[in-house]
Amino acid sequence: MPPAAAHDSHNAFIETWPEAEQSAATGPLAGWRVAVKDNICTRRGRTTCGSRMLENYRSPYDAHVVERLAAAGAVIAGKTNLDEFGMGSTSENSAFGPTRNPWDTQRVAGGSSGGSAAAVAARLVRAALGSDTGGSVRFPAAMCGVTGLKPTYGRVSRYGLVAYGSSFDCIGVLATSAADAAEMLYAIAGHDPRDATCVDQPVPDYMAMLHKRPGRLRIGVPREYFAAGLDADVKIAVEAALEVFRAAGANVVEIAMPLTDASVAAYYLIVAAEASSNLARFDGVHFGHRTASPRDYMDVYSASRSEGLGEEVKLRILLGTFALSSGYYDAWYRKAQQVRTLIRRDYLRAFEQCDVLAGPTAPFAAPLLGNLRADPLAMYLGDVYTVGANLAGIPAISIPCGFTAGGLPIGLQLQGPHFAEAQLLCAAHAYQQATDWHQRCP
Amino acid sequence: MPPRIDNATVRHIANLARISLTDEQAARCGEQLSRILDAFNQLSQIDTSGVEPTAHPLDAHSVLREDVPVSPPGAEAILANAPRAEAGCFALPKVLEQGAA
Repeated sequence: MPPAAAHDSHNAFIETWPEAEQSAATGPLAGWRVAVKDNICTRRGRTTCGSRMLENYRSPYDAHVVERLAAAGAVIAGKTNLDEFGMGSTSENSAFGPTRNPWDTQRVAGGSSGGSAAAVAARLVRAALGSDTGGSVRFPAAMCGVTGLKPTYGRVSRYGLVAYGSSFDCIGVLATSAADAAEMLYAIAGHDPRDATCVDQPVPDYMAMLHKRPGRLRIGVPREYFAAGLDADVKIAVEAALEVFRAAGANVVEIAMPLTDASVAAYYLIVAAEASSNLARFDGVHFGHRTASPRDYMDVYSASRSEGLGEEVKLRILLGTFALSSGYYDAWYRKAQQVRTLIRRDYLRAFEQCDVLAGPTAPFAAPLLGNLRADPLAMYLGDVYTVGANLAGIPAISIPCGFTAGGLPIGLQLQGPHFAEAQLLCAAHAYQQATDWHQRCP
Repeated sequence: MPPRIDNATVRHIANLARISLTDEQAARCGEQLSRILDAFNQLSQIDTSGVEPTAHPLDAHSVLREDVPVSPPGAEAILANAPRAEAGCFALPKVLEQGAA
């Protein structure tokens, strides 16, 4: 496998680390070169979150998942590019330049974990960590033709993940196969007392469970996922994937998820509100960028934030601040939280009849650089299939299932009940035994 | 009913968020926020009577641990990232005026 730096023509990495410091590796991930999204704290190098605000920030501690990777014998090749603080679907909102899609360098890699997805797609690393708040592992996985897993909320410790939307954020895995994703998840999952939202539940042996034949898989396909905005090539590829599952004995049924469209609005209002609170810590006082010549105490905050934070980040902070502000809180933030309850109920109801839900990961394949970023609302609507899993806290996986006529990867998304990662990985693995989309390289 | 995101509203929110905007940025943000809130106003059509808001995706409860000290990173490690540090403290411009905001 080539050294990362020499071959990173897609700007997948913000920082690559020379191999010299790695000790003789033993453990389940011995020999694995992996990458870590740059919103995950590492004592080595910098943790920039793709932002001018943290351009020179050096974390005094390692994230829990970084400790776990090291303990498992993996070698971290470097920190990958992202949309600033996780806010974006294209990895263009980075202070360090966009990440280009290895399948077509005029196109985006998806986001916000675009660097991790591109690094895996280009085979610069075997696997990578990303974070998924509204789809930021799954969406770039689909755009780049790799496997991307978002675990159940609380399955993996967030200690050391720079917070964006604390009730949504999940550290996830990008890899070239469900089998590799299973190995990575097993290494990083589990209880950590340093994250109060991390659950204390045993971690199943995902690898052993990959090969289980669970009997007739009941797959629910929400009819709302096939509405007008879906790209024709994506629809064809997803329908073909469902045929593969049917041929293997699955029972595929149409179901209703009537709040699918509303999920984008509910998600963005709540996550922006949470972000406005989480990003209040970036104030130029204790760390990060401080404006050079503050006029007064207040200016330290305002000028530092204005200079250090990018446009999309500022927009979301303003949206969130608005939603939480006096006079608007009930109609916007509280309303969105009530809709979140209804969406969660819809998922629980769906899982009474189905083992997994299936559909496209994204309504389209990778757009050209510059297109999606120009229209924030259009960008938000691209998350229509992914935000539901974050609202409900459930696990979901995106796996390659074909290509557009223009040769761009298409992702199939499977969603499962809380803590059903084993079931998702098993279904994904079975699909990858019957097809070879995931083995294609740019 | 989606609110008018006029310049005064943008200025008010930006002040709450401690972000300073140029006139051009404020105008652009106002437009974008208006479009976004117009679209998101669809939520008002959904019947949520009697529905509890979800604050947390799991059944949240207070997590306790043993009252035993743990070692945090030392002051030196923390101050290493300070924009300006003096005498083991974070240095800042003085608050110039006390009194009504």
